[in-house]
Amino acid sequence: MPDSMPAALLPPSATKPAAAPDIRARKRLRAPTEDPPLFRAAAIALAVFFLALFLVLPLAVVFIEAFGKGAAAFLEALREEDARAAVRLTLTVAAIAVPVNVVFGIAAAWCIAKFEFPGKSLLVSLIDLPFSVSPVVAGLVYVLLFGAQGLLGPTLQAYGIEVIFAVPGIVLATIFVTLPFIARELIPLMEDQGTTDEEAALSLGAGGFRTFLRITLPNIRWGLLYGVLLCNARAMGEFGAVSVVSGHIRGLTNTMPLQVEVLYNEYNATAAFAVASLLAGLALVTLALKSLLEWRYADEIAGTHRR
Amino acid sequence: MDIRVRNIVKDYGRTAALEGVSLDIASGELIALLGPSGSGKTTLLRVIAGLEIPNSGQVFFGDEDASFTPVQHRKVGFVFQHYALFRHMTVLDNIGFGLSVRDSARRPPAGEIRRRCLELLDLVQLSGLEDRYPAQLSGGQRQRVALARALAVEPRVLLLDEPFGALDAKVRKDLRRWLREIHDRTGHTTVFVTHDQDEALELADRVAVLNKGRIEQVGTPDEVYDRPGTPFVFRFIGESHALAVKVAGGKVWLAGRPILLSPEDMGEGPAQLHLRPQDVEFAAYAPDALPARIISVRRSGPTRRAEIRLSDEQDAVFEIDAPAALSVRPGEERPVRILRGRVFSGD
Repeated sequence: MPDSMPAALLPPSATKPAAAPDIRARKRLRAPTEDPPLFRAAAIALAVFFLALFLVLPLAVVFIEAFGKGAAAFLEALREEDARAAVRLTLTVAAIAVPVNVVFGIAAAWCIAKFEFPGKSLLVSLIDLPFSVSPVVAGLVYVLLFGAQGLLGPTLQAYGIEVIFAVPGIVLATIFVTLPFIARELIPLMEDQGTTDEEAALSLGAGGFRTFLRITLPNIRWGLLYGVLLCNARAMGEFGAVSVVSGHIRGLTNTMPLQVEVLYNEYNATAAFAVASLLAGLALVTLALKSLLEWRYADEIAGTHRR
Repeated sequence: MDIRVRNIVKDYGRTAALEGVSLDIASGELIALLGPSGSGKTTLLRVIAGLEIPNSGQVFFGDEDASFTPVQHRKVGFVFQHYALFRHMTVLDNIGFGLSVRDSARRPPAGEIRRRCLELLDLVQLSGLEDRYPAQLSGGQRQRVALARALAVEPRVLLLDEPFGALDAKVRKDLRRWLREIHDRTGHTTVFVTHDQDEALELADRVAVLNKGRIEQVGTPDEVYDRPGTPFVFRFIGESHALAVKVAGGKVWLAGRPILLSPEDMGEGPAQLHLRPQDVEFAAYAPDALPARIISVRRSGPTRRAEIRLSDEQDAVFEIDAPAALSVRPGEERPVRILRGRVFSGD
């Protein structure tokens, strides 16, 4: 009965399957997750169209307008005293706001990711508050707090401290608006990493601070850098909150975004776009750095992800 | 260094993790904390290390009460379940970390640290990998680095949390033997946590079986396997089945027949008979054989294992090792004889 003979006993030729026809040839078979070519082309075209219309074109216009009257006019506009003051102020504000947020962000993420305590979810929501509150409202709150008729204003004024319509107010408003960036970046990262690395360091005899410096900080360094870049971009570009508290005093309390608006309202398009292009340039540098980090960071994650 | 744990109580909010655990660990001993998940074995290990603060109770290292010594100063070598290697440091820096963070008075010079790390690397058979990063190592290699790192600080006791839990079966076996060798060579008092009874029985000098925050039994592997002190230990270690029996007149009764002599100190009344598959055999029809039917047969390593049901006691289902020569098929009637078993009184 050859029918019931086990396959192993049959001569090799009998078990060899006939060359199977390539089933892909029968009908153009696609992978289950692959879309029809027409749909793919349409989706790509749509995405490219919107990107070009809403992102690339405006950015190009900024630079075209800035150099519209030649490089000389562009440089002239940037050499102007008020423009230079605006650049200085913007960099100063970012230089204060970003480090403050680094300290706050690490401390908040540390608390939230590594410890359980009552009110933790409230703290998480509070950190998100600046994302949901309109920057103008944030600015107004500071005016109400520190303004001449405000809650703390008269007291501070008695000591000769000016907050509103001065640099401190701008810094405070900027810190408020950029508060979530670093903390938000670090919380999921630190939650994912847990506390075993720290426990290992402690069990090996390292003190708390040394453990933080040598274990915790290196573990979050790429996420932290990424957060700093985002925070920095927002600190330099913030308009709404800063606009309310600054008072638009040329050469004194105008940051770059405010300076752009002032110049534009004076129909000084070339100068406005020259400052704007500088701002856009800073943003592009940040973007490039961010992409570089993401590329680097992805490598780090892929290489060191806990298994 | 011998370790004594006294009346440790630990709870996490409402759930109790340890309910008054005491344990003596002799110097140079290799002891396993064995139990199912949630039994408190890892908590006990972390209490010994100082990574958890117990609600009450004491931990002694030798004669020193270490209960209030922070983890940094307990001088323990702790190997974490997922190794917790520092991913941004090379293998050598990982191993040397404990020495390099010492205060300057006790810190060996850099050359000495390097020499000792290379020595340890040699001990764990990873020479030549000192410049690798943890991500570039296999699971088994990481485990060895973690052990070398723990040994580098010259610990008074070595604590391992599920040391082989994340490895595949083949590597586990190799590492088991290797850990035993390392232990025999270095002589460290070693405590390791595992949920794998084979691992505990094969590796440890003594096994402490934990259940629901209490120690059920402490003994050598032979003791806990051959003379389980409680029904839980019998169930947890080795394969076993429990049958409801009656004790009367110095005998154990099942399905209306006397099957075994009851232990001398056993009172009369309902009891539980715990059986391992090796405790039962197929028999010819005889007065002390119980009629039974085979429900199913499956392969178990070198033998086949048959699941059977007693014909006169439909609730009594248990397993039995069938010799390779014997033909057993599901549905067959075959009498069985119970050779031995362990009786615990109560339902």
